[in-house]
Amino acid sequence: MEQPTTTRSVKAIALISGGLDSLLATKVILDQGIDVEGVNFFTGFCVEGHTHAIRKRHREKIKRNNALWVAEQLGIKLHIVDVVQEYKDIVLNPKHGYGKNLNPCLDCKIFMVERALNMVDFDGRQFDFAVTGEVIGQRPKSQRRETMAIISRESGANDRLLRPLCAKNLPASLPEREGWVNRDALYDFSGRSRKPQMTLAAEYGFKDYAQPAGGCCFLTDQTYSSKLHDLWNTRGQRDYELDDIVLLKVGRHLRPNHRYKLILAREEGENNFLKGYRQRFIQIDIASHTGPLALIDGDPNEDDLRIASRIVARYSQGRNESNVCARVRFPDGEEKNMSIQPYSAHEIPEHWHIGV
Amino acid sequence: MNSTTITLDTTGLLCPLPLIRAQDFAKELAPGSNFLLLASDPGVYYDIPAWCRMHGHEIVRVEESSQENVIQMWIRTAETTNHTRE
Repeated sequence: MEQPTTTRSVKAIALISGGLDSLLATKVILDQGIDVEGVNFFTGFCVEGHTHAIRKRHREKIKRNNALWVAEQLGIKLHIVDVVQEYKDIVLNPKHGYGKNLNPCLDCKIFMVERALNMVDFDGRQFDFAVTGEVIGQRPKSQRRETMAIISRESGANDRLLRPLCAKNLPASLPEREGWVNRDALYDFSGRSRKPQMTLAAEYGFKDYAQPAGGCCFLTDQTYSSKLHDLWNTRGQRDYELDDIVLLKVGRHLRPNHRYKLILAREEGENNFLKGYRQRFIQIDIASHTGPLALIDGDPNEDDLRIASRIVARYSQGRNESNVCARVRFPDGEEKNMSIQPYSAHEIPEHWHIGV
Repeated sequence: MNSTTITLDTTGLLCPLPLIRAQDFAKELAPGSNFLLLASDPGVYYDIPAWCRMHGHEIVRVEESSQENVIQMWIRTAETTNHTRE
């Protein structure tokens, strides 16, 4: 690659998740006079955005995008890149396997570092090196001393990957050896403790940052991973589309049998969101009482629709009535009403609940 | 903004997709172009202004149709080329 000269400033690309570590790592490099742009990858599994927007109970909070917020705090420009399609291969075929759930963290980091270094900046120039907020020992699967070398090597970044928060615990990277970055001004954080990062954040005056180590990916979540397993098992193939993985974030999921499952809204925000799928799924609500909307994913028969309606009624205001009117709407516009008896709590088997 | 303003419809998409679509759309436009962004996710009230501040774009006007829950944002792109390329 072209080496920076005195007439061409060094330029770095920082992976910005929206969390504290990438905020600090980028700040450390900016403070050394390096020109930095940020990149945030949208995989479809991001905790950011989606569910925050869907659920009504979040609406009193600021629905900020933390990656954008971090970039603004740092005064850098941010690329937000849709990698939903490319990312499928990482989720479906992780070379290094999964973590505790369906999180392919190591393959994910390799993918993102490689992808970032293959981008060009807003002026069309290549980046000289990449910056991440990784810390040795921070995460049991992906952030260990051994995995740091794997990420550098398999991403193709090699010594063009700099981890400012733990650089002193690692061999000097190209930016350090070339003198673009002063190694003495980097850090030697290690382990799971967040105190060093929080102390550094306080020194920089950063407040109101996203909660540390809160996890930014639904694939680390056990319930979510169970729903994804169920999706793959039922369809008989490991694949997904964006709508599939978004819907796994919404509502209660119940599967009475292999033919279908219900996605049952938990509140008004989810109700409104699920209404948007009326042309793709059968929808059930309780016409005679206030209650949730449910989508039916699969190929239910008449008995299935009756059982599904009784489940929906269980979560409606008519749950204690002997009979309520369930309304079933089909994607082609056909609609029918059914008089049904709501299930009582004990009539809904625990194993119908996916991921609980 | 006149009636010939080009429109980017992101209704039904959840954040950050409206922002990503706006970003990718804007990079195909000449500097100083106008476009109308339609969105249904209120997350755009944060995302789009932040993105505009970052890249020098300008939000000319914002309206929300209460009937359809569609947010309309008229955006003027920066006068200098400054868009994501890959």
